[in-house]
Amino acid sequence: MTAALRFDPIRLPEKCEQLRKEVRAFLAEEIAAGTFDPHKPNREDTDAPEFSRRVGAKGWLGMTWPKKYGGQERSFLERYVVTEEMRVANAPTRRFFVADRQSGPVLIKYAPEHIKMDILPRICRGEICFAIGMSEPNSGSDLFAAKTRATKTDGGYLINGTKIWTSSAHIADYMIAIFRTSPPTKENRRHGLTQFLVKMKQPGIQVNPIGQITGQYEFNEVVFTDFFVPEDHVLGEVDGAWKQATSELAYERSGPERFLETYYVLTELVRAVGPNPDTRSAEGIGRLVAQLHTMRRMSVSVAGMLQAGKEPVVEASIVKDIGTVWEQQLPHRVRDLAAFVEETATNRETLERQLDFAIKTAPKLTIQGGTTEVLRGIIARGLGLR
Amino acid sequence: MAESDNIIVETAEKIFADLADPQTINHDKKDAWKAPLWQALSDAGLPLSWVPEDCGGSGADLADGFALLNAAGRFAVAVPLAETMLAGWLLAQAKISSPGGEMTVLPASPKDKITLNADGSLSGRARSVPFGKAAKHFAVLAHGSGGVSIALVDASKARIEGGLNVGYDNSDIVTLDKAHAITIKPAPKGFDQAQLMLMGGVARSLQIAGALESMLDITVRYSNERVAFEKKISKFQAVQHNLARLAGESAAALAAATSAADAIANASAFNDEVFLEAASAKIRCAEAAEKGGAIAHQVHGAIGFTSEHILHRYSLRALAWRDDFGSESHWAVELGRLVANRGADELWPLVASR
Repeated sequence: MTAALRFDPIRLPEKCEQLRKEVRAFLAEEIAAGTFDPHKPNREDTDAPEFSRRVGAKGWLGMTWPKKYGGQERSFLERYVVTEEMRVANAPTRRFFVADRQSGPVLIKYAPEHIKMDILPRICRGEICFAIGMSEPNSGSDLFAAKTRATKTDGGYLINGTKIWTSSAHIADYMIAIFRTSPPTKENRRHGLTQFLVKMKQPGIQVNPIGQITGQYEFNEVVFTDFFVPEDHVLGEVDGAWKQATSELAYERSGPERFLETYYVLTELVRAVGPNPDTRSAEGIGRLVAQLHTMRRMSVSVAGMLQAGKEPVVEASIVKDIGTVWEQQLPHRVRDLAAFVEETATNRETLERQLDFAIKTAPKLTIQGGTTEVLRGIIARGLGLR
Repeated sequence: MAESDNIIVETAEKIFADLADPQTINHDKKDAWKAPLWQALSDAGLPLSWVPEDCGGSGADLADGFALLNAAGRFAVAVPLAETMLAGWLLAQAKISSPGGEMTVLPASPKDKITLNADGSLSGRARSVPFGKAAKHFAVLAHGSGGVSIALVDASKARIEGGLNVGYDNSDIVTLDKAHAITIKPAPKGFDQAQLMLMGGVARSLQIAGALESMLDITVRYSNERVAFEKKISKFQAVQHNLARLAGESAAALAAATSAADAIANASAFNDEVFLEAASAKIRCAEAAEKGGAIAHQVHGAIGFTSEHILHRYSLRALAWRDDFGSESHWAVELGRLVANRGADELWPLVASR
């Protein structure tokens, strides 16, 4: 038999439900205070530093991290609940999301102690924003073709080259990036890249915003010119970044953000059809809800496996593959059904505005953070085909 | 494919491996495999897993029974195991003891109704009844003036028109015309036909998920053996990506079905949250049967389309199981109405309830 895929039915523990109530109450207060509009899915355009600090004050950033770094030592399932409630409410999470999900855990694993003590508590307080420097103009999915050089110099490295499609680089305080410290070897083309912590907003780094088809400026080109990075900002093994990349993917790929990006159009469709939908609308909504429910149960299952200390890389890739394809198709399926919504529906304009935005957002969902093609390659490897 | 972690599944898997080998069954044109398989399952008490000991069964947990059905799906088992389990479960709701032998449930579609007449007899027509012809007894859910009743009816009291589903298993029309039951009792308060249909739907979901697991397994294996253009077809990226999608459909079906089974096994009441789980499982597993089965056939090419090959035992049966106890279209309409009725702002709380 091929490698068994596990998706055990995880039930969220009781303490998660208490937490969920707290998060909902907090978000309701923020909405009431005008921090953000839950019907306006433009979270990526919104930088909300004060909101970020208030989320930190609640103890909801770095929730799973050790207390000595400002964390709460709570479970992945609790973090899951906070994440999904923020997503569904369209809360402006951009300033802290990457640091909380990805950058913090990388630092915990690979940064020297004094850097952890300096940076992690500030992430937990919602004070700082992180970006991830992976893609370059000539290397996207082919991560290990990166060319931006880190050349050894007195006390550190000099960085020269360009990162691109770097989300939030224009507001980020730090970036975790991979740079080339050695050429690849004949035996291992992935050899020679090293992971670095980069302090942004300094001379030698130029951030150029890039306009997106949604009309937003969310990703950037980041140009490094003789930019100095001190020795102690190396994260993990020199030339060995390839060994560090894969185990983090399970965290990055299976969360609720991988199927809830366009969720708001479904809620708005349900509002528009009212309590007594015709058969076609009911059937369409029923299918979408069944698919959504299944996605979420798969995603929660992976969170449960992470909590149990497993590394479900293949399962996580499946969640992202199915989840992103689903959230990409969702606005189009909702559009199909919206064609039958009565002209008199009170939220018709809101629904149409949201659909316009979701349809423009959709193409990126199966590209960012690992394309569908890359994911299917990983799944194929897990099945023993490579 | 999942490690069996309970004794019932272990027992069943051993019986299936010995007596329900798909290759052997596929070559057996006289159905000689059927009687020994059923005998072994009966001897192990498996068809009456969900019947408490005081009703003549083996009194297993709901969860263990669901796991058994998943294993049965992995072997595409074509005897009325699921149907007898469901029938025994239905009878036990009204504390009616189960007789031995094959059983099935009436009705087997949300569109059909059996009526309890004023004189205590039963009338009605149930279509697409799985293994209707094989059953010695029917467990019947009937509607009368006093509410819902559950009855045990001898198969000789019914008129049966035989038919086959797309998986070549019996799917029959069973007509009761003022038939008298062996035993008839009122259903417990609140028990209705929708619960029976959803229980049947979750059983089918687990079987579909099991069949998809096996389809993934045999398709991956075939792709690693078959050579074309001077290499194994598993080395072609187009084939790899198709198989990755099949793995995704198999995973989705497994997750949806086991989640629903877990929800039912631990539910204190049949509420909206359980309805979401059960209906979603049937909808999503049916979709996976279509998408996943198509990929399994595509990778196999012509050989998988032959009656000699075992693939169709899984692929066609998974497609047929979509139709039983309400199709995915039926449950999608019901679920959509429920969601609309609760209102837009109650959708997320429903989805996030577990």
